[in-house]
Amino acid sequence: MGKVQLREICHARSGDKGNTANIGLIVYDEQHYELIKREVTAERVKVFFKGTVKGEVERYELPRMGALNFVLHQALDGGSTRTLSFDVCGKALSSVLLSLIIETSV
Amino acid sequence: MAPRKKLLKLGGGSACPGERIEPAVELVEKGGIDYIVFDSLSESEMLAFERHKLSHPDEGFDIYTERRLRAIWPICARKGIKIIGNMGAANPKAAQDLAIRVARELGLGGVKVAVVLGDDVLSLVKDLDLKVNETEKRISEFGDRLIAAHAYIPADPVVEALEAGADLVMTGRVGDASLYLAPMIFEFGWREDEWDSFAKGIILGHLFECAGQLTGGYFADPPYKVVPNLYRLGFPIAEVAPNGDAIITKVPGSGGLVSPATCAEQMLYEVGDPTRYIEADVISDFSDMGFEQIGPDRVAITGVIKGNPKPELLKVNLGVKDGYRAEGTIFYAGPGAYERAKLAADIIKKRLELISHLKADALRFDLLGINSLYGSSDEKPETVPWEVGLRVAGRTRESAEAWKIMHEIETIDNNGPAAIGRGLRKEDVTEILGYYSTFIPRVKVKTEVLIEEA
Repeated sequence: MGKVQLREICHARSGDKGNTANIGLIVYDEQHYELIKREVTAERVKVFFKGTVKGEVERYELPRMGALNFVLHQALDGGSTRTLSFDVCGKALSSVLLSLIIETSV
Repeated sequence: MAPRKKLLKLGGGSACPGERIEPAVELVEKGGIDYIVFDSLSESEMLAFERHKLSHPDEGFDIYTERRLRAIWPICARKGIKIIGNMGAANPKAAQDLAIRVARELGLGGVKVAVVLGDDVLSLVKDLDLKVNETEKRISEFGDRLIAAHAYIPADPVVEALEAGADLVMTGRVGDASLYLAPMIFEFGWREDEWDSFAKGIILGHLFECAGQLTGGYFADPPYKVVPNLYRLGFPIAEVAPNGDAIITKVPGSGGLVSPATCAEQMLYEVGDPTRYIEADVISDFSDMGFEQIGPDRVAITGVIKGNPKPELLKVNLGVKDGYRAEGTIFYAGPGAYERAKLAADIIKKRLELISHLKADALRFDLLGINSLYGSSDEKPETVPWEVGLRVAGRTRESAEAWKIMHEIETIDNNGPAAIGRGLRKEDVTEILGYYSTFIPRVKVKTEVLIEEA
């Protein structure tokens, strides 16, 4: 069974709105879009960031960009002006998500 | 109304107050643009300006405004480039006064400087005692701790200023993307029911509001994502047609990169549901939007962007005094650095608990280089790090409690593990201005445009 680290097939950017963070995950090659849609579910991302994300994770699809947008609720310790985290705006979430290893075949 | 222009060229001049200035100079000199737009504000920046205004009532606008205007304004005046920005921040009128003085000193007599007022809704939200989104309680529960309230103002008053012939429009909390939408409405004569055009304009504004983040800044991740000449990153240019269709590019010869990948990353920056992107001007659906490379550093926006009528409520950012934060960092180096940093953390934790009986809402220990971002605090690194920083941060209700944390960070030098490297002292206790939000009926918010001639 094949495996691939997301960094090999995707790039990402993350940021904040209040206490909510979001991560845009984008495939380099559109042939991988169905794969990340199947493997990188909202639930998977919530588990991956357990301890950081206290609320729900929502996922939105943007097929023409080959992108998924993950919205992470209660992820920033009260938001950029209150947080004690070193990453005040959740900007490093994107690169950490790229470490996720997914199955490439069923 | 017939469009004033067949093609409108906009430049993105800044992403934040302390932004680099020379890329904006390059844009106005070589970009062939009609407008340059500066974004100075985020949720936290606005609160920082409000905090500053508490002790400096004549200030509270973007402190780089003077330097920025001196660098670009003579060129803009010569070329007829108009300037729009929310650099007025927490004190737009003071920013206008400054601009008038700078214009006179630069010999730009006759230029018109407009200021947009009305975003400061502090007394209004107190009177209406609106519900706070995060706490679901009434605003009055904050009492005197509520010190700032800014509504997100749409493009309308900026358009009004342009119609009155303003050369420079300074605002407070006008939405970042709305600053870009305003010249499109003005130049193309878009009516308010042309929601699809409004949506195209606002989405373009969203792409541009972080300037260099669209042209390869905040993108490089070699060897996967390589950006040429980042040391002289060029800022973005939009070429907009009267129907809102747009091409994104940058100044020829500048560093950076404009590709579908840089554009897609920025499109997804700080957004939620792509079918309901809410700004004061329009609710946009960009879920079926795409990007296509049509030349070197030239990308066309493709697909469909749909607009729905503007919301009845405007979002309001609230600034609330919310306790204190203490923070300090110390470093250990060489063999055993990790173990000594862990020991120092253990000592500080025990002293705060057992000796000074700290009362804190939260206390956090990070090992920089090991787990300060998203690691587990128990994770021992697989390789021996050459140096490890210990960061201690705490949030308290009372200032005296915050200083207890500070005191332990300061006295660990002589009393803790061997061989500490402290570097530049950055330890500090600061009062937290917490961010909260509410919604206000837009009909309650009255804006005003004041124009002054230098």
